[in-house]
Amino acid sequence: MTLSLSNVSVKLGGSRVVDGVSLDVGAGEIVALLGPNGAGKTSLMRAALGVLACDGQITLGGADPRKLNARQRALRAAYLPQRPQSIWPVSVESLVALGRFAYGAAPDRLSPPDQAAVDAALEMCALTVLRARGMDQISGGEKARAHLARALAQQAPVLVLDEPTAGLDPAQALSVGDVLRAHAANGGAVLFSTHDIALAASISDRVVLLRAGKVLAEGPPLEALSPDALAAAFGRRGRLERVGNAIAAVFE
Amino acid sequence: MSASRITSLGLLGLSFVALVAALWLGPTPLADPFAADEATRTIVWEIRFPRALTAWIVGAALGVSGAALQGLLRNPLADSGVLGLSGFAALGAVLAFAFGFAVLAPAMALLFALIASIAVTALGWRARGPASLALIGVGLSSLAGGLIALALNLAPNPGALADLVNWTLGSVEARSMQDAMLAGGFLAVGAALIFVAARGLQALTLGEEAAAAIGANLPRTRFLVVLGAAACTGGATAVAGIIGFVGIAAPHLVRALAGHDPARLLLPSALAGGALLVCADIAVRLLPTDTELKLGVAAALIGGPVFALIAARLAARGGDA
Repeated sequence: MTLSLSNVSVKLGGSRVVDGVSLDVGAGEIVALLGPNGAGKTSLMRAALGVLACDGQITLGGADPRKLNARQRALRAAYLPQRPQSIWPVSVESLVALGRFAYGAAPDRLSPPDQAAVDAALEMCALTVLRARGMDQISGGEKARAHLARALAQQAPVLVLDEPTAGLDPAQALSVGDVLRAHAANGGAVLFSTHDIALAASISDRVVLLRAGKVLAEGPPLEALSPDALAAAFGRRGRLERVGNAIAAVFE
Repeated sequence: MSASRITSLGLLGLSFVALVAALWLGPTPLADPFAADEATRTIVWEIRFPRALTAWIVGAALGVSGAALQGLLRNPLADSGVLGLSGFAALGAVLAFAFGFAVLAPAMALLFALIASIAVTALGWRARGPASLALIGVGLSSLAGGLIALALNLAPNPGALADLVNWTLGSVEARSMQDAMLAGGFLAVGAALIFVAARGLQALTLGEEAAAAIGANLPRTRFLVVLGAAACTGGATAVAGIIGFVGIAAPHLVRALAGHDPARLLLPSALAGGALLVCADIAVRLLPTDTELKLGVAAALIGGPVFALIAARLAARGGDA
């Protein structure tokens, strides 16, 4: 297993925000974390990366990430936080090139392999023509893709993304989904959280439905996301429907 | 050649021109500053050159620490003056002078700048928006100002008011080569620490969480910049008193030419700070005032509006740097 969590619990401010969660993400797999706000998705992902204190066993690329330093972690997993920032309006390419930090590269000092990784990430996220633009000169969707490209440029076996499609229009969200699928097809492991149940169901191999820090349901999307499970998680009954090649989520 | 390198070369040339001009220009007109007569040599090499060199070193120290603090705290309003490092450094130096340990002044300036640097980084690391960090600095600066006045009031030797003015409105008047060397030594050490942290500052472009996720060692970056900025500011302030806004103006002016990458701003900001302060000091000496205007006043006259302008622009964007 590329990323494996066993009985992981996180306590924040005295309350258990993640409570005995186990999950595995293998190479070539996409796993979506679903659940209402405050279900513990972000905490679980940060625990999986070893940056949030927690109980339980975690293996990331064969090691316990809590015992690794920042660079060793970065070579095993790329992480995209929920609200990615570009404090200074550097160029799109410079931002993406920061993904090569753990390899000793700087945006203006890229080795041929670094440059190739940056080029591939830009290409994958359809940003090649925007590479010289400043981060303050592109749209919100393009910014989200630039940050995703930064994570891809890291070329880590595991990709952990916190709501990568938040605030994106349907076409942009689908293009992010395409990027994740392509990454998995290349042998990458993807763990991502989202509120877009239809997208999660369409692109994921498995989903994990969380509520109050506990796993309510887990498995292939159409099996795990039953009307009962959705009702238990969100307080409203819903169901998934196949529409052509896609899956739609309908709530009552 | 990168934009940052071209800018650095240009600013290096400008620094050189400014330093030569500073030998030339002054209240006593000189036809040839390189003439061999005794009077000219004294004026140029014992008065003007040490003074201009001190101004350049102080400006460079404030410029590079400003750029580093901005990168670390992810805030274009950060600099040694605004954040209170200069105030605390002056307090340390004043304590040493006022209580008869003048030889310890540089060490005290460093120590107190370090205290302010640690305090402002601890308090401001998670400051939301640039304004709240600037307010933390206002608090520390006011505290330093109050404590300087208190120290001078309690000091055993008289003439406190003149000292207060000298320390809080910095100046490089009548500085010697020893002063220049002292500030230069602090600058060399401080800048070296800051340059080692350059990649970490680059990573912080992504914010704290993502910077750690790409592999940056943030505690190390913080340690290096806090110590480096304290060394630069401590040395500069021990020699010249409080000179504000250079650390804000220099990186701000340089961004337009060299881009926004925090690592690529360090060297040009140092060079710009140096050139800026030498030019300001030339202006101070040429202005036909009865008593010479303080360099700190001139720096504030130039830098104050720049600070207000950046703050207003940030506020218009909703305070989000």
